[in-house]
Amino acid sequence: MNVSRIAAGAALVALALLPLANQAAAHGFAGARFFPATILTDDPFVADELSLPTITRSPRDPDGAREIGIDWDVAKRITPDLGFSIGQGWKYLKPSGGPGITGLDALNAGLDYQLFRDGPREAIGLIGLHASFGHTGRIAVGAPDFTTLTPTLAFGKGFGDLPASWPWLRPIAVTGNLSVDFPTKTTSAGAANPNNVNYGFAFEYSLEYLQRQVMDVGLQPPFNRMIPLVEVAFTTGLNRGAGGQTVGTVQPGIIWAGQYVQIGAEAILPVTSATGRGFGGVVQLHFYLDDLFPGSIGRPIFGN
Amino acid sequence: MWWILLWLLLTLMPGAAWAHAFLDHAVPAVWAAVSAPPSTLQLFFSEPIEPRFSGVELATAAGRPIATDAAAIDPRNPAALVLRLPPLAPGRYRVSWHVVSVDTHRTEGSYEFSVGQ
Repeated sequence: MNVSRIAAGAALVALALLPLANQAAAHGFAGARFFPATILTDDPFVADELSLPTITRSPRDPDGAREIGIDWDVAKRITPDLGFSIGQGWKYLKPSGGPGITGLDALNAGLDYQLFRDGPREAIGLIGLHASFGHTGRIAVGAPDFTTLTPTLAFGKGFGDLPASWPWLRPIAVTGNLSVDFPTKTTSAGAANPNNVNYGFAFEYSLEYLQRQVMDVGLQPPFNRMIPLVEVAFTTGLNRGAGGQTVGTVQPGIIWAGQYVQIGAEAILPVTSATGRGFGGVVQLHFYLDDLFPGSIGRPIFGN
Repeated sequence: MWWILLWLLLTLMPGAAWAHAFLDHAVPAVWAAVSAPPSTLQLFFSEPIEPRFSGVELATAAGRPIATDAAAIDPRNPAALVLRLPPLAPGRYRVSWHVVSVDTHRTEGSYEFSVGQ
């Protein structure tokens, strides 16, 4: 066998192994840290994932109305660091003392770019531009007649890089996001459409991280894949008569992250009187498309 | 109820797809304190792994690498890595692992255990 044939054979083997050398990251990984897809706050990573359904029973509105929503959302990577998302919901609205009405909510879409992934520091960051499109839902259930553009910044940080002498703190992770709404119409039906700033955090304690990275405490399924968390999210008006007005919720709950799907459930507690009263709840079924379909729709469209 | 049934179908369906390989458990266990030096490390993962792109490194807790042979797949279990160990002195050790599951998803992690302490 001559040298050129050996070289050609080696090149073929290298080409065959190339996909393995460029292993897909996907999911919300930063080093050893796995960030689950949170329900309320934006995720700081691009991914191939599907939320279907997300069922929300909101706290009563300040005027007594009750809402139930059923939403779907899909995220798809275009390249390993660039992804888009699209989603919509169906809503049942029961005004106080009036008949219930149903209809589609606005169509939402977004384009996100993975700014960085720092494995040793378990840090991850993302920027994106999201849009809620006008005239894509039923206005009677609250869908807007205008489009809103929302530049977004999201981050995640795990605390696994704390000293080993602090073992019980190392499973903690925080994700957060900051965004500003820019409505394309200043008023609708005589009501102002203000610019808003949105900010939220998710405080997570990963039992899975505790078990496999810190200390084997003997957790068995399903507890060894659970992530208790508290999400908080606020929206504060900036102008047009809404300056300083804040609505927001605190949502304690739990996420179970399996091999192909995760299930999340959270209570919804309003934090201001303008948000609502009482409490609600949300459950979500979330599919990891990259694990379910690793050779097709679970891969980036371009690149690996 | 339909989505609960779908979840059960997907999670209970064996071999439907491969996923990210998570460390399931290890021997000695994560954060374990063993009295006698172990002769091997065994790491058991949630998925079969690709040996060409997987490995295990051992170091002292202070970060000094300890020379070992390369980790090998357990011939009886394609989801397990075995690392033969040299005689270990009493002390604390850090195990760092990286694996690629057979569908090319990469995961990594590290943990500590101690000997004779």
